[in-house]
Amino acid sequence: MIETSIDIAKTSTGKSLRTEEMVVNMGPQHPSTHGVLRLEVVLDGEIVVDVIPHMGYLHRCFEKHCEHMTSYQQVIPYVDRMDYVAAMTNEHAFVVAAEKLLKIEVPERVHYIRIIMAELQRIASHLIAIGTFGIDMGAFTPFLYYFRDREKILDLFEMTCGARLLYNYMWIGGLSHDLPPQFIDKAKEFVRDFKKTWKEVNDLLNYNEIFIKRTANVGILPKDLAINYACSGPMLRGSGVNWDLRRDDPYTLYDKFEWNVTVGKGEMGTVGDVWDRNIVRQNEMWESLRIIEQALASIPEGDVQKAIPKRIRPVPGDAYGRIEGPRGELGFYIVAEDSVTPYRIKARAPAFVNLSVINEISKGAMLADLVAIVGSIDIVLGEVDR
Amino acid sequence: MENILLLLNDPIVLSVLLALIPLVFILVYALVVLYGEMKMAAHIQNRLAYMENGWHGTLQPFADMLKLLQKEDIIPDAADKFFFMLAPYLVFVGTYASFAVVPFSSEYVGSNIDLGIFYMVAVSSLVVVGLLMSGWASNNKWSLFGALRSAAQIVSYEIPGVLAILGVVMVLGTMNMQTMTQMQDGGIQNWLIFGGNFPLGQKLALIPFMFVLFVIYLLSSMAEVNRTPFDLPEAESELVQGYNTEYSGMKFAIFYLAEYANLFLVSAVVVIMFFGGWTSPFGSFMSGPVWSAFWFVFKGMAFVFLNIWLRWTLPRLRVDQLMYVSWKVLTPFALFSILAIGFIMVI
Amino acid sequence: MDSRVRGNDIRKIMTAFTSYFNDIYRAVSSAMIGMRITIKQMVSPTVTLQYPRVKKQMPDRVRNRLYMNFDDCIGCELCAKACPVDCIDIEVLKAPPTVDLGTTSTGQKKRIYVTKFDIDIAKCCYCGLCVYPCPTECLKMTDVYEFSEYDRHNLIYNFGTMTPNDVETARSKVKQYDEEQAAKKAAAAAQAAAAKAAASANPAPQAPSVPPAQNPESQKSSETPTT
Repeated sequence: MIETSIDIAKTSTGKSLRTEEMVVNMGPQHPSTHGVLRLEVVLDGEIVVDVIPHMGYLHRCFEKHCEHMTSYQQVIPYVDRMDYVAAMTNEHAFVVAAEKLLKIEVPERVHYIRIIMAELQRIASHLIAIGTFGIDMGAFTPFLYYFRDREKILDLFEMTCGARLLYNYMWIGGLSHDLPPQFIDKAKEFVRDFKKTWKEVNDLLNYNEIFIKRTANVGILPKDLAINYACSGPMLRGSGVNWDLRRDDPYTLYDKFEWNVTVGKGEMGTVGDVWDRNIVRQNEMWESLRIIEQALASIPEGDVQKAIPKRIRPVPGDAYGRIEGPRGELGFYIVAEDSVTPYRIKARAPAFVNLSVINEISKGAMLADLVAIVGSIDIVLGEVDR
Repeated sequence: MENILLLLNDPIVLSVLLALIPLVFILVYALVVLYGEMKMAAHIQNRLAYMENGWHGTLQPFADMLKLLQKEDIIPDAADKFFFMLAPYLVFVGTYASFAVVPFSSEYVGSNIDLGIFYMVAVSSLVVVGLLMSGWASNNKWSLFGALRSAAQIVSYEIPGVLAILGVVMVLGTMNMQTMTQMQDGGIQNWLIFGGNFPLGQKLALIPFMFVLFVIYLLSSMAEVNRTPFDLPEAESELVQGYNTEYSGMKFAIFYLAEYANLFLVSAVVVIMFFGGWTSPFGSFMSGPVWSAFWFVFKGMAFVFLNIWLRWTLPRLRVDQLMYVSWKVLTPFALFSILAIGFIMVI
Repeated sequence: MDSRVRGNDIRKIMTAFTSYFNDIYRAVSSAMIGMRITIKQMVSPTVTLQYPRVKKQMPDRVRNRLYMNFDDCIGCELCAKACPVDCIDIEVLKAPPTVDLGTTSTGQKKRIYVTKFDIDIAKCCYCGLCVYPCPTECLKMTDVYEFSEYDRHNLIYNFGTMTPNDVETARSKVKQYDEEQAAKKAAAAAQAAAAKAAASANPAPQAPSVPPAQNPESQKSSETPTT
């Protein structure tokens, strides 16, 4: 039904009696909202006047479940399923927080393997982000090229821990399996092959003039707005803020590696537009390849299961551990009491926080731009709703 | 037996049978191009498609058509029934009627009228009416969006297209499509894209402008057919299929058929205007009524292939950028080319 | 002043002009580059695995459907406790010491009747946390991934091999043993009570002023109940 706002005296923007505005629902089932997100859009012709996101369609009470676990290790499969596209990231954040709480020192080999897995996972997550963003723009092919490479990453993970998507690999104090013997060679092969695809899709999608025209100067997120709304990850770096937790608040031995932090420079439009965020993700993949190469070249020997505690019964207290995930700062705040069950685990999901800025940056954009903006925030509803 | 021959000699029956030839061609071609597009898209994307039915899936288009035919025809409760049911047929008629003036071979042209191209441009505007009807009658906000965008797009891209056709008509001096093709007979050097059958000086001067007009007509024809990069009316990721959203079953099949028929139509027009229609590139070798039909279909399919290639490579243009391209890029270039061609033809 | 403004305008027009043509050139050239990439991929081999005919080779550590070797289960219930979604349902019965349940293949003696061992594979999240605590390594994750059923209840895998009859027999055995133990305890308690009664009916030599250890008679009487 076409609803005009004749009956509504004031619309949500406070202007009085604009009779041409249409309230349209980009409903929970929609090919381009990346999951079950409902966007209530108030349109004036093609121009967006207001966007109200409604989430919660994927809420699974993860934080409440954690209060009934019989062990901290049991929380790890649940944490996997929050951001199902980048599961290693969630596990990494949780074990960083838990090891901070329990004051466990893990062997160096564990650190190196965790870094390799986290960077591979970052590449895999960005492959999905850029691929699906291309589909939203109408370019169907880069998605398939990127998925071909994501299969190789998932094969690497399957070879190591047995699962392709939800790993249960990083345990508190160590890892569930050591690397299989053929992992290092296959990983080097992947790094070599992926560089070719990276260059191809860079030419096919990112520097394509039509794509540039669609994404430059759209959805501009100014620097101070990004900081005020607590955005993090590629959204923050795309707006020109040089902040990366791997370098500025190092965890897991990241300070031993050398890589560049990509920051949006407004190369094709303004600083902080959609193109900048996209190119930050693309370049982050290249930098992740550098980190993986350095880590693969210098893994020390060791026993990955040496420091796994038999029974986790922490001293009462709390800890907040955070990492730089592909979507932003993923943090876990664990409150422990004197029992094997956690008292409270709170997850700070980056996609949830980044999504809150959508109202501000899409005022005045067109409907097609709104799709581009939502795609560039890179949300995964599992993380937004938990 | 005699009755059948008598029937065939009756002028009305004969003309009806001749008019059905393009329909048969469209139906066969639609199955082939459906298979071809999916397979080509798949190989561009490094994957296989359609491997189950028949050898490498060649029987799959039949399965698709059968599926569409037996689907439940759902008409939304609050939709405007009459217009909802009429819209797909209008779109198809707008395309099919234009096939009447397209010369498939040196002997066959549905209707050899002197107004050929002009008639075609006029009749194919019925498509806009059909699209608007389908968008409005669906009683769905998203369909309405799609229909409005599509109407704006088609109407504004007709202008550069028609200007390009005007340039060609100025050079060749006739609007009759059969005559246009015959003027390019005699070998590849006589094709209009390489200057046409003119003295050398004029020919060389014409080549760049013919190329520009070719590109302009190619782009505007892609916009008329709603193919990427101009496929905003059916932008899947934004509008859930646009004006097509509420259609299912046979009506959807007619829309689909009409889109592919339109695609071949505009490719055919490009071929006729710039690449010599049914003439053979070797002059008199491999020419004749049957060979010329072969050349025509071959060249038409080459441009369909080009269209498919572009669809799977480029992202989509936004509505205002589409309008920008039409009014601020294509139209000025077309006008300038026509000016230059006028000079060249006079001098 | 006028000429400077004019100069600015001319420069603006020139930049607009050049950017217009620049845009067109960039659009066409980037489209051409894109087209070259796609046509090159079109003639490269495909990466599809035609699934029902060709199945992918699974690595060794893969975590798919659970399998349990019931003969090796010692009923410790560590797997049920480790499962995050509570999909393992175990019921045990402590076997009396007189019954010999055998040993597992890893050499441990089985002391517990496992009357029910159900895994609801529809709830299982394939995390593998149940595999590690098992002392006899009887619970494993296999590489089977095609096990869909038409009825949801067929997804509850009953690994226990004890039939209801067996369960009854086991219960009766346990009950019997418990009764025997109770009877013995009762007999022992009765004897102790009898001995106490006998001891309290004894004459004075067990007078409180003399410590019991020094009196040989009381020593003897204190030894009697221990049969």
